[in-house]
Amino acid sequence: MNAWGGIGSALLLWPGFFGGAALAWLLVWIQRKAAAQLQGRIGPPFYQPFFDFIKLLGKDTAVPVGVNRRLVFALPLISLVAAVCAVSLIPVPGNPMPSFAGDLVVLLYLLEMPALCEVLAGFSSRSLYGQVGSAREAVLWLGYNLPFLAAVVSLAIQAKSLTLATLAAVPLGPVHLAAAAAFLCALPARLKRNPFSIPNAEQEIVAGPFTEYSGVPLACFELSHGLELVALASLFTVLFLPLGNTFALRWPLYLVGSAALVGVITLVATATARLTVRHAFRFYWSWGACAAILALMIAGMW
Amino acid sequence: MNVFERLLSVSRRKSPWVYCLNAGSCNGCDIEIAATMGPRYDPEQVGALRQGSPKHADILLVTGPLTLRTQDALCDIWGQIPRPKAVVAIGSCPASGNVFVGSPTIVGPLAQVIPVDLYVPGCPPRPQAILQGCIQAAHLLAAGKTNDQLATRKDGR
Repeated sequence: MNAWGGIGSALLLWPGFFGGAALAWLLVWIQRKAAAQLQGRIGPPFYQPFFDFIKLLGKDTAVPVGVNRRLVFALPLISLVAAVCAVSLIPVPGNPMPSFAGDLVVLLYLLEMPALCEVLAGFSSRSLYGQVGSAREAVLWLGYNLPFLAAVVSLAIQAKSLTLATLAAVPLGPVHLAAAAAFLCALPARLKRNPFSIPNAEQEIVAGPFTEYSGVPLACFELSHGLELVALASLFTVLFLPLGNTFALRWPLYLVGSAALVGVITLVATATARLTVRHAFRFYWSWGACAAILALMIAGMW
Repeated sequence: MNVFERLLSVSRRKSPWVYCLNAGSCNGCDIEIAATMGPRYDPEQVGALRQGSPKHADILLVTGPLTLRTQDALCDIWGQIPRPKAVVAIGSCPASGNVFVGSPTIVGPLAQVIPVDLYVPGCPPRPQAILQGCIQAAHLLAAGKTNDQLATRKDGR
């Protein structure tokens, strides 16, 4: 397969749009099912996220008065495309995407796009709840990116490379431990799960930035959030798990690793209550900063 | 029906998201709805989720005899729910006015104001009955037979 064929099939089939969406729905289902079981409920059947998505595609789209119609459709679409591109860059098992120098930087930019689109969507929706949700998301964004970026940068310093495949091939060491701690610390806020479900706190601000969104735009936002989950779980397994080169070991380790990560996040989410923005920000700039500095120091010294 | 329409019909049956509205209820039915949405009856196993925003909802659950003060809010919220949508009247009040009938502060039966698809009788109804109402409303949505769907089809939409 030539390079363009590889890029095309990575974006469309696996791990891009179709394969990524299937894995996203599976991980979202694991999240919902695990949360239900922990709360003593039965929980949704495994096809639930898929049917939710299809149903939303078939709903009317209400555009609020005074909001640009093109913006309502463009923001979720940009978010979705960025999430698909981000997922297809990560060297997960079976990814035909050719590796290039600096793909880590591209990935980090693409991973910020869904959050950015969400903030813009909330601010532009003319809903008070949307604006409060967006403001919270923007503040939190400055918090969780400190440990998240430090985790990735410390691995890049150690590997002396900005290529994801090189980072993934580095044998595990003490820097991975500190970087994984910083990464895990940033994850619940990135996914807007408890105790950091502050921007989409449904008991306080309805659905946060998505309050005014319905139909196809809402479906795109839901799917891009699922793909974000896939991207972060993939990034974690690729960077911090010894996936190795044998086919029989890579696939199960990747899938089980992703599912286990989602399980841990759900366990934390169901066991904790929501923090305020102030406390969450303080958490990230104290404990998150500690993990970040530790990871960077170890990376610099080793 | 082509393949996508059939898939859409199945997904409407499998994923009814509800929005609850108190139109002057005594809170009895709302407590039963809260019990329905809780872990014991777990509506998520049939795909039902309670939504905070009417723009995300498929089914509107209305409790209460529809007082004068809630009438405008009810019409507003009903208009905000994107099509296709269903309305389920919970309890005896929206159906008949119940013990409040004849009061100068109530508007009258809910069906005078918005098209009602299902009535869940009781004062208050049991959680199982409310859940069954939601499931039947989802089946109506899937079949395209809610009053709103039939009315919009007649308009040539």
